[in-house]
Amino acid sequence: MIYIKNLSKVFKTPKGPFTALDNIDLHIPKGAVYGIIGLSGAGKSTLIRCMNMLEKPTSGEILINGQNMTQLSGVALRKTRQKIGMIFQHFNLLESRTVAGNIAFPLEIADWPKHKIAERIQQLLPVVGLEDKANSYPAQLSGGQKQRVGIARALATNPSVLLCDEATSALDPQTTESILELLREINEKFNLTIVIITHEMKVIKEICTDVAVIDQAQIVEHGPIESVFINPQSNIAKDFIASVFPNKLSPQLLCELAQHSNSQIVTVNFLGSVASEPIISDLIQQYGITVNILHGNIDRLRSTLFGTLTLELQGNTESISQAHEYLKSRNLKVEVIK
Amino acid sequence: MEGLLAMFSDPAYWESLSRVIPEALYETLYMVIVSTILAYVLGVPMGVLLVITSEGHIIPNPWVERILGTIINIFRSIPFIILLVALIPFTTMLVGTSIGTTAAIVPLVVSAAPFVARLVESSLREVSSGVIEAALSMGASPWQIIYKVLLPEAKSPLILGIAITTINIIAYTAMAGAVGGGGLGDVAIQYGYNRYRTDMMIITVLILVVIVQLIQWIGTTLAKKLSHR
Repeated sequence: MIYIKNLSKVFKTPKGPFTALDNIDLHIPKGAVYGIIGLSGAGKSTLIRCMNMLEKPTSGEILINGQNMTQLSGVALRKTRQKIGMIFQHFNLLESRTVAGNIAFPLEIADWPKHKIAERIQQLLPVVGLEDKANSYPAQLSGGQKQRVGIARALATNPSVLLCDEATSALDPQTTESILELLREINEKFNLTIVIITHEMKVIKEICTDVAVIDQAQIVEHGPIESVFINPQSNIAKDFIASVFPNKLSPQLLCELAQHSNSQIVTVNFLGSVASEPIISDLIQQYGITVNILHGNIDRLRSTLFGTLTLELQGNTESISQAHEYLKSRNLKVEVIK
Repeated sequence: MEGLLAMFSDPAYWESLSRVIPEALYETLYMVIVSTILAYVLGVPMGVLLVITSEGHIIPNPWVERILGTIINIFRSIPFIILLVALIPFTTMLVGTSIGTTAAIVPLVVSAAPFVARLVESSLREVSSGVIEAALSMGASPWQIIYKVLLPEAKSPLILGIAITTINIIAYTAMAGAVGGGGLGDVAIQYGYNRYRTDMMIITVLILVVIVQLIQWIGTTLAKKLSHR
């Protein structure tokens, strides 16, 4: 679907060259909701803007549906862009046009006949839940409604890809949730590939099927969200996960725990159906150790469940290592903290 | 006071006014409307060009921007009264004469067009770069961005600009009287100043005040109505 190969972007600045993207390689499969997360300045916005050539890469290739974007220009580039939808952090709606007029805009650009445009608007309004707002102006809408117009506008030409550049960053948490829910529906209903740029792990957790973590112009980690969440490799990915699944113990508690002998503190990450199994009672009954729950958290990870548990295991060394074996046999990721 | 009353009740007085004022009013409106339209025909493309060729816009071209900007600045710095005289050969070439109402339109346009270009430029710069970027991402051509994004999105400031330009041109038409342009300003000078007819001066100025108020009111109302912010 989308292949990014050796992509680099170097900006010329008065202070000298600045590398925004450094040899990025990425494959985004068809139908995926692909999240690209990074701190501000990591290069993620530049990356998504390169995908539709709003930013010209310095080197490398971007293939979308087999089309090499970096070799397109003029009319050919415009035609291809008509098949790539994009939504923005600040919505970027035309203030002089109504909701219907904004949705009509990309269709006018693509030279659709008038009656077809009217028909398409009527199809799209219910998709984004704005049936009663066709004649309202953007200034009369809330942030969430504006983004819904942005989404309808981006979907108008039946694109094969939807690029989302920090699409929920200007919205409050509740509105963010409803917009994410809408994107998820669209992804499932139209099998539309969605690329999401964000700095919020919450967005990744809610709807993404895959995630890439970008840091200092490079992709440091990528894969299906389940595997990245359960077994993060980079520190930055761990920090991002901790932002939605906090598992840090307070220093005071750690101090108290340090007094205990024959004890070990572990963090267990688990996924899916394991969440509903009686792991802890098994540990206690089968291995004769004491288990003290210090911290726990279970939440939805797109369509499965993901949880973290921080446990104190008390017992002799042998039974603790047996407990480890048991946890591993259940496909749980165990990390020893102390 | 009694003298004034006697003057106003004399039909001959009103008859003399009606010989002068309507024609002058017509000349003023003719000069103002035609000049404003022509100034916009020339000024809008220049303003658009200034914006789209600037750095980071849709067709960046520093040379076009710099050269056009300099020409505009030069024309804007020449005092109107000097332009009026300096353009006499050009006017003669263009309309066959350098005297009269139509001839006055030439210097009016030459002086107003660069001003319009700057007004249009500043109006179009108010259109957010995000909206332009959105249009680009949808595959809009530069031409589509100009007439579907830049101009419609800047409708309100553009209309306010038209009101400002029209009012400016009204003020300049008074000076155009110097080349036999006619109009209300000319009447004010010919009768009011040269022949000590203070009443004529007051009447023409009052008419001008009403016209200016009316144009500004229309401009403000229309701009407000078309703004959907």
